[in-house]
Amino acid sequence: MKKNLLSLAAAGAFAVSTAFSGAANAADTIKVGVLHSLSGTMAISETTLKDTMLMLVDDLNRKGGLLGKKVEAVVVDPASNWPLFAEKMRELLSVHKVDVVFGNWTSVSRKSVLPVVEELNGLLFYPVQYEGEESSRNVFYTGAAPNQQAIPAVKYLMSEDGGEAKRWVLLGTDYVYPRTTNKILRAFLTSKGVAEKDIMENYTPFGHSDWQTIVAEVKKFASAGKKTAVVSTINGDANVPFYKELGNQGIKAEDIPVVAFSVGEEELAGLDTTPLVGHLAAWNYFMSVEDKNNEAFIKKWHAFIKDEKRVTNDPMEAHYIGFNMWVQAVKQAGTTQVDAVRQAMYGQKFPNLTGGVAVMNTNHHLSKPVLIGEIQPDGQFDTVWQTDGVVKGDAWSDFIPESAKLTADWTFPWVCGNCTEPKFKTLIN
Amino acid sequence: MARIATLPGRLAALGVLLTVVLGGALSAHAEDARDFDALVAGLNAKSFKSKIKAVDAVAASGHERAADVLAVFLGGKLFARRSDGRIFMTERSGGVYLLTDAVTGADAGQAPGKKLRKVRVNNRVRVAIRTALGGLTLLSPDPAKRSAAADAVFKSPNAGFLPTLEAAIARETVEKIKIKLIMTRAAVQLKTGKTDGIKLTAIGTLSDLATPASRALLAGVVQAEGGNAISEAAAGALAGIERKLAFWNAVGNIFQGLSLGSVLLLAAVGLAITFGVMGVINMAHGELVMLGAYTTFVIQEIFRTHFPDLFDWSIIVALPCAFAVSGAFGIAIERGIIRHLYGRPLETLLATWGLSLVLQQLVRSVFGPTNREVGSPSWMSGSMEIAGGFVLTFNRAWIILFSLLVLAALIVVFKKTAFGLQMRAVTQNRAMAGSMGIRTGWVDAMTFGLGAGIAGVAGVALSQIDNVSPNLGQAYIIDSFMVVVFGGVGNLWGTLVGAFTLGIVNKFLEPFAGAVLAKILVLVVIILFIQKRPRGLFALKGRAVEN
Repeated sequence: MKKNLLSLAAAGAFAVSTAFSGAANAADTIKVGVLHSLSGTMAISETTLKDTMLMLVDDLNRKGGLLGKKVEAVVVDPASNWPLFAEKMRELLSVHKVDVVFGNWTSVSRKSVLPVVEELNGLLFYPVQYEGEESSRNVFYTGAAPNQQAIPAVKYLMSEDGGEAKRWVLLGTDYVYPRTTNKILRAFLTSKGVAEKDIMENYTPFGHSDWQTIVAEVKKFASAGKKTAVVSTINGDANVPFYKELGNQGIKAEDIPVVAFSVGEEELAGLDTTPLVGHLAAWNYFMSVEDKNNEAFIKKWHAFIKDEKRVTNDPMEAHYIGFNMWVQAVKQAGTTQVDAVRQAMYGQKFPNLTGGVAVMNTNHHLSKPVLIGEIQPDGQFDTVWQTDGVVKGDAWSDFIPESAKLTADWTFPWVCGNCTEPKFKTLIN
Repeated sequence: MARIATLPGRLAALGVLLTVVLGGALSAHAEDARDFDALVAGLNAKSFKSKIKAVDAVAASGHERAADVLAVFLGGKLFARRSDGRIFMTERSGGVYLLTDAVTGADAGQAPGKKLRKVRVNNRVRVAIRTALGGLTLLSPDPAKRSAAADAVFKSPNAGFLPTLEAAIARETVEKIKIKLIMTRAAVQLKTGKTDGIKLTAIGTLSDLATPASRALLAGVVQAEGGNAISEAAAGALAGIERKLAFWNAVGNIFQGLSLGSVLLLAAVGLAITFGVMGVINMAHGELVMLGAYTTFVIQEIFRTHFPDLFDWSIIVALPCAFAVSGAFGIAIERGIIRHLYGRPLETLLATWGLSLVLQQLVRSVFGPTNREVGSPSWMSGSMEIAGGFVLTFNRAWIILFSLLVLAALIVVFKKTAFGLQMRAVTQNRAMAGSMGIRTGWVDAMTFGLGAGIAGVAGVALSQIDNVSPNLGQAYIIDSFMVVVFGGVGNLWGTLVGAFTLGIVNKFLEPFAGAVLAKILVLVVIILFIQKRPRGLFALKGRAVEN
């Protein structure tokens, strides 16, 4: 508790001091903006990412900084307030004149900063799995697109090892990410021959805590003679009472497995996971993966946060990869100038914490491996399936007819985030 | 733990022996330790498919340790040594694992986690293990194990289990488990029976069993058979089961409605005093609930570090503590802020709303922004299956009971104590009460403290079903006001009826309208209702109302 208070205070002092000294030493430091909520509902998830960024910056400075300059993190608090995200982004770009911003968690906050970062030609690294259907010139998406998380998870549950599910319950929180993801999933399931009556869709508000009826409905839906699986896009702390209710009503993962896209090690940390063993999550990273890079990362994190019990999770890895790629791109370009760095980002490679190498594609999405894990009694995930190699993130889903036609490619001749044909078509013919 | 379980293991092996002998297959004597060694090593195969084969082979080996090994495998405590791949049953103790050789059952010392690799298991393998274990433990002396075994075999009916099932039915003494076993036999016969006669009899037997599992089984048969006599009989039985399930579904809805109602009641009853009786619009009421929840967390931390054995009692201890903490905050709020604002509702509203933000940030600074884990005592965890898929969850049942107890206690305080009398006197006619020698300022502070303390107690209960976070209170403030206004301001019975009515209506709407729309509909209904009856369900009558 005390530690938290101290680190918060330190972060606050840091932000204030940088705000005052900003203009004076702009030339000899490189500034990295950190735009994560440190208060409000999303603080639960985002505070960790702020700490991750401070650790990465700290680490880089120990190694001698970047381009011979010291790197400085500018932390602001958008307080889980979506419009405030846009204001804080403007503050970072025009007052603090940061060279790059790492931030956001919810899709709605990302949509809120999008016009600002495009208007001021900033550079944002967005570290969280999301619904896709977007590609901005000024944003690099280091989290998973639906084809790197949702689709493989559903395919696994359809497979023999996953239990050959034939009936599907899509549960989600009522906002843009779950609704879009479920739209894609519904289209995918239909394309695999699943009938409409075998799909149940249900939405609940943020922070929903009374799951009795919905869990009872799921149980009823599952007793129709076909193997049933639940796909959960429930977000935030509503997951805790949801899983508690599953455990209390005695639903075992063997009977009705639940695969979640927003539940990671951090979310399970405050939960007795014994009744949840076997429920699944799909991510690009699990803390439990045995890899020497991962081991080193966890060690560094524990040393930085001074708590051996803290867990690591997927968005942290996304920031780790994103930040290191940005550092490489800056070194290559020899400047932090946004347009130069963006060009240098394409094709940038960096080792994943789970093995293999992540690649930044020209659609601003990463190629990463996909892992499916089962919850263990200790709150960790045990990988039960993973892709052979990496999967390229797809900005526009192939399963929604209107978006299947669209291409995102920010290099010549396309130079476009949502086109049906290259912008410079005439030049290549 | 491994050694304790050898007796059931041996008996289970006997059961398999019976199966094997009756089935006329290979002799169980052919197995020796080395073969079992190879079978157990097979559990660590790379693909899940081979693992399942190994599970079946281990179960069929008839080895006395088969059931033990499989049970440990199911629990995820089977590990392979990295150096040579030898399989061990493990028990974690501090930083190391205590090892027991899986094949021999001998103590094998201890090893650090780094030297071991978990034998992986997924849901599909777990189903296979549970089924195999079911076959092995149908004759277990432990009734709970026999019951679980019957359930496992029911879900994966297989002709190989029939002889063991017959033997189990013949010697079963517990009526409830015997019925379960007979139903399981029917399920096996329905799935694997050779003649239509057997299958039709099985359907007849199963039609008496109204559970989601039997519904799933029969629905599967209807889909698979398609149009013949068996499918028709199954469809007939299914219709009967559906009717029974629908009844229990309604019972479940009522229970869930009562449960939601009890949560609303707990959240609102403190407000029924501060807002209902005193007329203070306290927007920080939710934060007083939150403080109660955090008090529970602190008490539990103390129990965890100092008296881990008494953890089940922590929540009982937390109740008076939460009452005291929130009550003290309440009195401080009344003395410090609200008493200066009596008769100025708008200022009170703004001041207490600001206070709610302060309290939230205070808790966030002290305890951090992340949720805190509040554990459930063992007597509040788990559930009991009553019938027809209706599950009574213990935490919800306790909370319903608890909310009624709180209300009853409050009514006693109001009606039977001198303090209650003074409270009513002051709220009805302050000047007269004052001239009778009642210290009205003191009564105000105590009344507000009582309402706040009750909010804290509600926080203890809510910590069992909701997240303990700085935002906990915000979720309940609107609902609380809704209940008090709907029930009738100033009337505790109204609060009771209002809370349960809203809870049940909400839960009956939810399956049709969804959680979001159900809540909106309830709000619309309340708005319309308030238009008709501005004073709520049970309006106070008389002179007190007029001012």
